Amino acid sequence: MAEMINLTIDSYQVQVPKETTVFEAAKKVNINIPHLCYHEALSIYGACRVCVVEVEGRPRLEPSCATAVEEGMKVKTNTTRIRRARRMIVELLLANHPEDCLTCERNQICELRKLAYDLGIRELRFEKGRKYHYEPDLSSPAIIRDPNKCILCSRCIRVCLEIQSVGAIDFVNRGGKTQVLTFFNKGLNNVECTNCGQCILACPTGALREKTAVDEVWKAISNPKKFVIVQTAPAVRSAIGEEFGLPAGSLVTGKMAAALRRLSFDRIFDTQFGADLTIMEEAHELVERIKNKGVLPMITSCSPGWIKYIEHFFPDYLEHLSTCKSPQQMFGPIAKTYYAQKISVKPEDMYVVSIMPCTAKKFEAQLPEMNASGCQDVDAVLTTREAARMIKEAGIDFVNLPDEDFDKPLGISTGAGVIFGATGGVMEAALRTAYEVVTGKTLEEIKFEQVRGMEGLKEAEVNLNGLNLKVAVAHGLSNARILLEQVQKKESPYHFIEVMACPGGCLGGGGQPMPATLEIRKKRAASLYCEDEGKAIRKSHENPAVIALYKEFLGNPLSKKSHHLLHTTYTKRSRY
Amino acid sequence: MKIVLKNIRKEGYLPGINSYMTQGGYEALKRALKTTPEEILSEIKKSKLVGRGGAAFPTGLKWEFTRKSRELPKYVVCNADEGEPGTFKDRFILEKDPHLLIEAMIICGFTIGAKDGFIYIRGEYFKAYDILQKAIDEAGTNNLLGRNILGSDFSFEIHLYRGAGAYVCGEETALLDSLEGKKGQSRVKPPFPTFAGFNNKPTVLNNVETFVNIPEIVLKGGEWFSQIGSPSSPGTKLYCLSGDVKAAGVYELPTDISLQDLIEKHGNGVCGRLKAVLPGGVSSNLLTSSDLNVKMDYSSIQQAGSMLGSAAVIVINDTHCMVNLAGRCIEFFDYESCGKCTPCREGIKRAREILTNIAQGKGELSDLALLKELQEVMFDTSRCGLGQSALNAVSSCLEKFYGEFKEHILKKKCKLGICSMGKDF
Repeated sequence: MAEMINLTIDSYQVQVPKETTVFEAAKKVNINIPHLCYHEALSIYGACRVCVVEVEGRPRLEPSCATAVEEGMKVKTNTTRIRRARRMIVELLLANHPEDCLTCERNQICELRKLAYDLGIRELRFEKGRKYHYEPDLSSPAIIRDPNKCILCSRCIRVCLEIQSVGAIDFVNRGGKTQVLTFFNKGLNNVECTNCGQCILACPTGALREKTAVDEVWKAISNPKKFVIVQTAPAVRSAIGEEFGLPAGSLVTGKMAAALRRLSFDRIFDTQFGADLTIMEEAHELVERIKNKGVLPMITSCSPGWIKYIEHFFPDYLEHLSTCKSPQQMFGPIAKTYYAQKISVKPEDMYVVSIMPCTAKKFEAQLPEMNASGCQDVDAVLTTREAARMIKEAGIDFVNLPDEDFDKPLGISTGAGVIFGATGGVMEAALRTAYEVVTGKTLEEIKFEQVRGMEGLKEAEVNLNGLNLKVAVAHGLSNARILLEQVQKKESPYHFIEVMACPGGCLGGGGQPMPATLEIRKKRAASLYCEDEGKAIRKSHENPAVIALYKEFLGNPLSKKSHHLLHTTYTKRSRY
Repeated sequence: MKIVLKNIRKEGYLPGINSYMTQGGYEALKRALKTTPEEILSEIKKSKLVGRGGAAFPTGLKWEFTRKSRELPKYVVCNADEGEPGTFKDRFILEKDPHLLIEAMIICGFTIGAKDGFIYIRGEYFKAYDILQKAIDEAGTNNLLGRNILGSDFSFEIHLYRGAGAYVCGEETALLDSLEGKKGQSRVKPPFPTFAGFNNKPTVLNNVETFVNIPEIVLKGGEWFSQIGSPSSPGTKLYCLSGDVKAAGVYELPTDISLQDLIEKHGNGVCGRLKAVLPGGVSSNLLTSSDLNVKMDYSSIQQAGSMLGSAAVIVINDTHCMVNLAGRCIEFFDYESCGKCTPCREGIKRAREILTNIAQGKGELSDLALLKELQEVMFDTSRCGLGQSALNAVSSCLEKFYGEFKEHILKKKCKLGICSMGKDF
């Protein structure tokens, strides 16, 4: 039992464990102290000074996020002095902020705008107009950084370093000239940025956003020559409802399909089909590697943020990666070959759009090697947020839509495909299939609880016909680094590792609705496991559309055709 | 009464070890090594010596906190990043009597149980750096640094580290970050350096001037020291007298000297007519002729509404425009703010803008209230001393010379013809 501290916050007595901050203690009495640089998942920075409070006996206001509670402490969170200071600080930020809220990406969810409103700032007393005009960083195919909207709260820097252990951005210069930049301002695309987009989720303003593909997709939809297919990733259905005011984790698979059909996509397909296909290839690859003493541990390759991370930080260990493409990139060439032939459409007349919880998928789709169909396999990638924007733009009443189904055959999927969206899901899906491939027996208990949940690192052991298969799961790249360092030291006890770049897996991806707190991520995960439970078929190798695909087109998993269409190679990259 | 300049003021004194030894150098260390750390600590506490960097924290207490901490290793750090405009006292010691500082740091190391000391020296102090490095080498050759100092069980090293020119690195936690190789930005306090300083280990961090009082206290006792100068902050103080004064320079005087005596008796009087005095550099509030009787110790100056800081006493005569002076002060802070916290980074920019407008005849009366509010909020919410005090001089110019600001705004004119140039600060 931790030592308890008693303090007074406003007129309330509060008892909290030692080393709690005043900020956290205030939550106990339902006071959410206004703040900007504080972020629940990150270290304390204490620099925005918005969360200041009065502590009796201290000469100055104290930042509540960086002030530890003390026995008998008397705190006031809302006095004239505090309100004046908070207003002034936000006013100072606004004095140096572009006045383009009406056209800003973050219009509805900007923390700075909301704070200014909440604090009652109705007039700007400082001279209008910015003194600095910086060039936005447009180098990346996934993420745009506009330093003009940056308030230097360091949340992007901290998430990049602390959660992802990447450190692609940091402060440069001093004082009023301080900026967040990449190494020598080379641009996000030319440094070790993994395109994971966690910085976007962490940013309180519009300084970070995805590079949008909305207009390209509209253009394709209105082009009569194009046959436009959309595929939606598993994690999207558990989160897109949040964009329309539904509670976090609302499962809206049917409404989403209905909305996409109303956007005039020619076919509404499911990336979960691609996920089932991935499992077929990946489970067989694992079995092959174990049988033939191939490179182990084998590590999953579904997460393009993770792929870029290992390419930059552990370039000598790329042979550990499964050669399987991600579900998005398996779906693309299958749509443009197998399905295109079925419906007699030329691959170049087909336009594949994917809706992803992810910003790194934008990078992945434009890689030059992703053209197994003879042209770019996936033409445009939309984040969950962009898809929601299109639905809003079209005036679709999302919340009241009836449930509709995906189209066949590439919209058919299993429960194993669904759980790809949560950390541990790929592992669980792979185990469901690998077990039956190796043992030839039916797996009765298909839930692998040990690999579920929000622990950063998880492990499990599964008996496969006498082989004790050791597996591990990591989400968040700093956790992945721990497993990779074991591999580096030749101390890794595992056969198979799942890595997802984002905390919580894809459901916590950089393209998802904001905010994405731990609580919200948990709810999204719960809704994916719920969809899995409700599926009639829950093992990838039992997906009838996948079975038909192998029978009619691919032959067997790991066949020559499979290798050509569904497997890839990786690139050694330097840090900068 | 000379304590810290006792050697320097002697004719023909050189910064080398021979000169120092001739004047009884390292005798305090020899005595210290024969006594116990507790005894030294007790003398320092008795002396009532307070930190000379500006914060006036009791030195004995600081050393005691660090000594009592159970974390290891412990460190001694000397703040020689003298950067306040108008301050040039530490350089004087570093260049002319480096062994006095070295001896003091060794005694500190012995007292708190540290094996390593660092001197963080201002980047621009090229000459002082060379002299200090030479002195450290000399001390090493003479077994005053290194293993088993003077045959005792005690070993200690001093490392010289050069800053890169940021004023904010004079703030102790920013200094520590810089010393660790990071960007110099203030840390969240608490924890204080005495518990978590260099590499998050217990650290005594004192100013050059604070340290150099130590050998004399060890030799003559804390009781003796506590009788000198003001009872609240006893001893002598190095005053850096500059500006419109006839004899500018560094003066070591007991802390109960009055501002009047400092300027008139030691500085030979004001050039022209006195308008104002900044007693602690550009971070301090202005004093005027009505404050001349104030005693030049920390608490007396604080009672007079200003602060002694590092005792950069800048004398200002009536040929200076106070709008211009305020602008010049803010220009300095705009350049030196580290940019970490909002009030300092953004507030200074806006203050500079407002003062520029006033100086160019584009100001409004409401600007003056806004400036005042800005100063109060920055004082209340900035992370470190830089932002907290950045607008002190500005707001006291405003308070004490309100008429001049009003004239600039209403008559769009600078009576002294200084601001009417249309030049940006």
